[in-house]
Formats: sequence, structure tokens, C-alpha cells
Amino acid sequence: MARRRPSRLTVLRRLSPGGKVSLLIFVLLCVPLAVPQRLAPYDPTAISYNEIFQAPSGGHWLGTDQYGRDILSRLIHGTRVSMSLGLVSVSLSLALSLPLGIAAGFYRGTFETVVMRLLDVLMAFPGILLALIVVAILGPGLANAMVAVGIGEAPAYTRVVRSAVLTIRENLFVESARAVGAGDGRTLWRHVLPNVLQPIIVISTVGFAVAIIIGSSLGFLGLGAQPPTAEWGTMVSEGRTYLRSRWWISTFPGATIGVAVISLNVLGDALRDVLDPRLRR
Amino acid sequence: MGRYLLYRLFQATLVVLGAMVIVFMMLQLVPGDPVQVLFGDAPVPKEQVEAVRHQLGLDLPLGQQFVRYVRQTLRGDLGRSLKTNRPIVTDLRRVVPYTASLAVTALVLAVAGGIVFGIVSAVRHNTWLDNAVTTVALAGISLPTYWTGLLFIWAFSIKFNWFPITGQGTVRHLILPAVTLGWYAGAILTRLVRSGMLEVLRQDYVRTAQAKGLATRTVLVQHALRNALIPVITVASIQLGTMLGGAVVVETVFARDGVGRMLVNGILQKDFPAVQGAVLLVAIAYSVTNLIADVSYGFIDPRIRYT
Repeated sequence: MARRRPSRLTVLRRLSPGGKVSLLIFVLLCVPLAVPQRLAPYDPTAISYNEIFQAPSGGHWLGTDQYGRDILSRLIHGTRVSMSLGLVSVSLSLALSLPLGIAAGFYRGTFETVVMRLLDVLMAFPGILLALIVVAILGPGLANAMVAVGIGEAPAYTRVVRSAVLTIRENLFVESARAVGAGDGRTLWRHVLPNVLQPIIVISTVGFAVAIIIGSSLGFLGLGAQPPTAEWGTMVSEGRTYLRSRWWISTFPGATIGVAVISLNVLGDALRDVLDPRLRR
Repeated sequence: MGRYLLYRLFQATLVVLGAMVIVFMMLQLVPGDPVQVLFGDAPVPKEQVEAVRHQLGLDLPLGQQFVRYVRQTLRGDLGRSLKTNRPIVTDLRRVVPYTASLAVTALVLAVAGGIVFGIVSAVRHNTWLDNAVTTVALAGISLPTYWTGLLFIWAFSIKFNWFPITGQGTVRHLILPAVTLGWYAGAILTRLVRSGMLEVLRQDYVRTAQAKGLATRTVLVQHALRNALIPVITVASIQLGTMLGGAVVVETVFARDGVGRMLVNGILQKDFPAVQGAVLLVAIAYSVTNLIADVSYGFIDPRIRYT
């Protein structure tokens, strides 16, 4: 029997304390998506040669880099870039995996076999490799990186969606719906989709973390956002040469990535505990 | 068992073939004329473009091109680098040992660390030791490899001067990159062993063994450990494959020669044959490790052979 889906408020209330903190952190990280200009004290790309290599101080809370650019401002704008990279690529992954996964799981048959074989081939490329292939084809750049990460992670999402649908379709209410004469479309829309949402929310949260890691790795390698755009990965890469003395250039963006990913992982675990304890490995 | 092995071998071959399709299609999917892409920005007279097109077989229908590609690959010809004109196979042969040694060392460290810390943390459940291990594991899973690599470099190469910062060739060059690369897999294995041990330690037969008077250590090793270790082999094999992907970043951070670095440089320089060769190699290696993982798991757990 299907469980009654907890309402959004109930979900929030039932989150573990770690989950609540993580959610707060995530929301904080999303703020720069809206109004980075008002938050950042300086222009992130403003070069100022007489202010280079300043350690964190009153005027520049997080210091400046080799071009005199304020790290805090770059970090705020970079948060916007990296978070939107995560957002866009997760959305792309979902857009690709939901139709394929639901169709494969619901209709089974040859279509499902073909899709699963295709997924097997795609998953022969571990981790970052699929994203690298897409970047090799499309060329470096932020937009291309978003597409690359979205495509690269889609196979994993498709697998999860399909197996969720496989479980759901065995439920009594699906059979009842068909018995009452509901067509496929209606069954899918009103019964399958809402119940697939729960595992999807969980994998999207963790998937967001993965997208951030892969996306910023691409940036670090020089294959994602291009200079002078501020992005977590590119900022870490830019600060590499100055690690010995001017540690702040790499450390703050690196720490931000760490915080973002850890809180997303914890949030994902917490959401899973609330929404579907069966998923716990 | 033999039938299962054959079936998995067949499946793996199909997957590798599919991977070759994708690698082959890479050049074709680039917007624009493939030959022009190979030439890059240099202005080239039309006759030369057409000559190269014919030489590389790019004027043939796609199906024939693919067959040609498979034939060449099976012969060991992966083309020549666009930048150095050296055969790709030569370059790969030079760098594979570095990547292989990195990945294997990382795996050994990860398995050893995972087992040890998993056991320790399970046996000392809910103590500060357990919490410390769990936190380190969480960090390993969450922090991006390039950042942890830089942190290690800063701490151990720059501050303490224990290890060389970049390069390859000696064991000392290997340690930091291997630890960086293996941290993620080690974290996963630690969690796995820990939860496996916790589960087993709760069982009645453990309590019986202890009641019989067996020393805790005997109980641990003889009974608990065996069961907890079963999934470790499979997960470790899969992680070896994942490390092949992670090596891309680690090699760049530590400026190590390797397949990953060749791949990234290939993309940055638009050297398509190099990229294709490196990607194909990694995909094949990953398929092989997955095959070994599946077969070894089938060996350990007879039930899954018959699904």
C-alpha cells in the first residue's frame, strides 16, 4: 500500500537536527543566486594592482588575489556561478532521466532493455569521464560544463527512477486505477509521478553535491568557467601557485565547496530518513 | 559458474563495443567539419583538407568508418597525436604505468585503511574514536579531490617538507597523490566495514561465542570479520574503476604524468586522437575491473549467479 506522502511542513519538522542545519546552509548558499551585486562589497573582476596579495583584513575580509581582486566578492559571485551550475545540471539530469526512467520502468519490454543496455554503456565511463567527453566535444566553458555535468550524471538518475517506478507500479492503487478505466497518461501523472518524487528528491540532493564537485573540478582543470569569471573551482586553481605564502586565495573557495557538499550530503541523508527509510543501505 | 562467466564476458564485450561507438562518435559530434576540427585554427588549403579527409577515411559512410576504427584499434593503432605526431599507443604506453601505480597504491591504502578503521570504529562504537573516524570518512566523501590534494601539498610538502610537491618516479612521489586519491574510496570502505561489523556484532552467534569463553579478538576475526568483509571485495573493485576517473584530477594537482593528465591536456589542446585514446583506455579498464568485481562476487555468493 502506498504511504501517505508527508506534507512539506511535516517533512521539515521531522528532519534531524543535522538536516535542519544543512538545509539552512543550503538556503544561505542560494542567496547569492538572487542578488550578488548587493552583497558583494567590490566588483569581483575589478583589478587593482596596488592592492594585490593583501591578507584578510578590515578592508578585504578574505583578502585579495594576485590581481588585487577582493576574494570575498569573488567568492559571493562564484557561489552564484557554482550553485547555478549545480542547479542547471541537476535539472538537465532530471529532464533526461525522468521520461526515460519512468517509461522504461512502466512499460518494460524491449524499450526497457534497450535503455538499460544504453545505460550500461554510458556507465562504462567512470565519474568525471562522461562530463569530460562532453566538454571535449563542445569545448571548455561554463554553459558547456553545465551540459556536460547534466548529461554525465543522467545515467545514474535514470537507474534510480526506473527502479523506483518498478516498485510503484506493483502497488495496488496502480492496478485499481487501471481497473476503474484510467488511461496510461492519467495513471502516470496522478499515481506514479507523485510517488516517484520522494526518491527523486533524495537523489537530487546528493546529485546536487556531485554536480558541484564535478562542475568545480572541471573549473579547476580549466575546462569549465573561464577567466575572469569567478567560480569555486577556478578560484582554487588560480590560488595554487601562491599556496606557500598567500594561502587565502585557494582556501576560502575550497572551504566553501567543502561546506556546501557536506551539508548537501547530510541533507540528503536526513531527507531520505524522513521520506523513505527503506532506501537506507 | 562457467556459464555465468561466459555471460558476463559477453556482456562486457558488448559494453566495450558500445564505449567504442561513443569514443568514435566524439569527433563526429563536434559542431562543424571533423577535418577542419582536426586542423584547428590554422588556415589550410582546400586540397589538403580533402586529402586528409580521404586519408583518414572521413569521406566514407559512418558505418564503414566505425568498422575501420574498430579494425585499427584491434590492431593496436589508435592514431597519432595532432600536436606531437607520435602514435597515441606510444604515449599511452609511457604514461599507463604511472596511472596504474597510482591507482593500485591508492586502492591498497583505501582497502587497508577502510578495514582497519572500519573495525576500530565498530568495536569502539559511539566513542570519540568512532566519531572521529566517521567525521574523517564524511570529509573524504564530500571534499573535492583537488582541494584535499592541495591541502596535503600545503601541509606535507610545503610546511613540513616531507614529500616532493610534484612529479613522479619514486615512492615518495607516490604517497601524497595515492592518499588523496584513495581517501574517497577509503571513506566508503570504512563506512561499509563499520556498518557490516556493527550488524554482525549484534548477532546472537557472536554473543554465544563470547559466552563460550572465546577471547574477543578470536570472536572478531573468526566470525564477525568474515561476514563483514564480503561486500568489500566488490566495492573495492568498483572503486578502483572510479579512481581511474579521479586520477584525472589528482594527476593534474600533483603534476604527475599519467593517462588522466594526457586526457586533460588533450582536451585543452584539442588533440582529439589523444583524448579518444585515453578515454577508451579508461573505459576498457573500468569494464574489466567491473567484470572482475561481478565475477568475484558471483564466486562468493552463489545465489546471484543464477539471476
